[in-house]
Amino acid sequence: MNAQIGMASAAVAKRSTVAQGLYRRRSAVNIIALVFSGLATLIGLFFLAWILWTTLSKGISALNINLFTKMTPPPGEQGGLLNAIVGTVCLSFMGIAIATPIGIAAGTYLAEYAKLKPFGEAIRFVNDILLSAPSIVLGMFVYTLIVLPTGKYSALAGGIALALIALPVIVRTSDEMLRLVPGAMREAALSLGVPQWKVTLQVLYRSALPGIITGVLLALARITGETAPLLFTAFGNLYWSINPTKPIASLPVVVYQYAQAPDEGWNALAWAGALLITLFVLLLSILARGILLRNKVSNE
Amino acid sequence: MTISPEPTSAASTAASPIGVRSVDVGSGRDARNDALFRRAMFACALLVLLALAGAAGATLWGGRQALGTFGWHFFTSTTWDVNAGQFGALVPIIGTLVTALIAILVAVPVSFGIAMFLTDVAPQWMRAPIGTAIELLAGIPSIIYGMWGFFVFVPIMSTYIQPWLIAHLGDGTDDAGKATGLGLSVFSGAPIGVGIFTAGIVLAVMIIPFISSVMREVFLTVPTRLKESAYALGSTRWEVLWDIVLPYTRTAVIGGVFLGLGRALGETMAVTFVIGNSHDLSASLMMPGTSIAATIANEFNEASGDLHRSALIALAFVLFLVTFVVLAIAKLMLRQLAKREGGK
Repeated sequence: MNAQIGMASAAVAKRSTVAQGLYRRRSAVNIIALVFSGLATLIGLFFLAWILWTTLSKGISALNINLFTKMTPPPGEQGGLLNAIVGTVCLSFMGIAIATPIGIAAGTYLAEYAKLKPFGEAIRFVNDILLSAPSIVLGMFVYTLIVLPTGKYSALAGGIALALIALPVIVRTSDEMLRLVPGAMREAALSLGVPQWKVTLQVLYRSALPGIITGVLLALARITGETAPLLFTAFGNLYWSINPTKPIASLPVVVYQYAQAPDEGWNALAWAGALLITLFVLLLSILARGILLRNKVSNE
Repeated sequence: MTISPEPTSAASTAASPIGVRSVDVGSGRDARNDALFRRAMFACALLVLLALAGAAGATLWGGRQALGTFGWHFFTSTTWDVNAGQFGALVPIIGTLVTALIAILVAVPVSFGIAMFLTDVAPQWMRAPIGTAIELLAGIPSIIYGMWGFFVFVPIMSTYIQPWLIAHLGDGTDDAGKATGLGLSVFSGAPIGVGIFTAGIVLAVMIIPFISSVMREVFLTVPTRLKESAYALGSTRWEVLWDIVLPYTRTAVIGGVFLGLGRALGETMAVTFVIGNSHDLSASLMMPGTSIAATIANEFNEASGDLHRSALIALAFVLFLVTFVVLAIAKLMLRQLAKREGGK
């Protein structure tokens, strides 16, 4: 009798130690995983803060009024980034001006006509690939398409290359935002006898406008810092030029060239340019988010 | 839900009394305008298709001279001699693949940790700000990463990290000339800072925000009731993540990784600054090398002739093909999760 009780309690004790061991191992694994995830976040944030800090500290020390009033200098001389800043504004404007109407129209086709049909899905698939395609390949495309036949680098070619990069961003956001417009709105307008094109232009676009603007801003943020495709389309220009048929300077290309040069003055200018690009891009992304967020709140 | 213009215009025609011509004319004009509008939209959608097809076609066309001259040797030869007019793409191709692989190996575990932290570990008030910060950083132009790599990270690599790696894993020797390392050839060489390894790390830093925000979004699609059921059964956070969240999102997570891989493969500026731009094939990751994008960015504007230029355009075609395959896989895998989400 006593022996039986003893055996039973021993079994219970054994089971409980097994369970405790298992529990300990499980919580140990859990704690290791939690520590790992915290560390990973710290590492990620550390590197990103480091990069931002480098850009900020080196850029601010190179900031002065000359940046906005003088042209890019030859080696060893004082100068600014005026022609590069204006060039980037021109190129980005051209890219957005070309990509926005085409992108919104393509997005409209996807959301309103193709919907979930195979052809629409195929276009969405291609668009998503274009969205992540290497920008240098798109630059090469524009080079063989425009620079080779015309025989010269030009601002227009640069603008078209940037438009190709902006296009998929705008197509995607327009498509997504138009699909978010409630079907009742379309039905209400159509039931009044309004033709479809008018419904699209006057009802759907108005309702999806904040989302579409967000897409355009994000596209602008994306192309402002693009360097690779401009190297062999817009090329670069040491002097003032806003002629679309001539090569044009741009901030990213100037930063790329000046950063690699063994010249302290040029390096400082490169950091100032890098800071300007980064600030502009961050500002645009925050603005785009703000518009989207405000719109979300007002819909609720 | 399906709204097409045809029934509407047909209905309005039928409803209009015979003899009221203005209505008929109006609806006819509306139908014409609708068709015109639809065609214009369709043409723009086709442009997207044409852009991608054009990029493939134009680079293939531009590279025909090099591909025709060297044939298959273009892909198998390691000789890239501008003066002799010999162009083989193997070194840049290997450089592209190896740097992207290093980047993925480093970035995926870190991104996974960040995504886990932001969806399940961090206190609620911390999640939104850190998540937003990481998403904002994903938008910083790659040239900034390249400059940081060149001015800040390369000196650190050459004075601290590479000497340590060479001494402990590579062919490092102590003062007496006795080997201190394991003699691994991938970690052998001189600590010059730039090189394949450095390029891989800079790429990793660049794609971490990208992959982790995709993973975070994907983790957030897991239904709360699935996770809470597991918690109710006594699962730890790690078990919920590993046994519930990850199996549910597996294909999409792999899709996100492939998206990051696509970025790393095609990246130009972050790599050009730090890879060293050398066409010598080396077994060591410490040595300078080159990638497809870096080769094009460095040499295109100073190309010595038509054949050189054509070889560079052919390289762009190769890069296009590789990234197309990788991105297509990524999209197909991400789409599987979207389908399941839609089917719910």
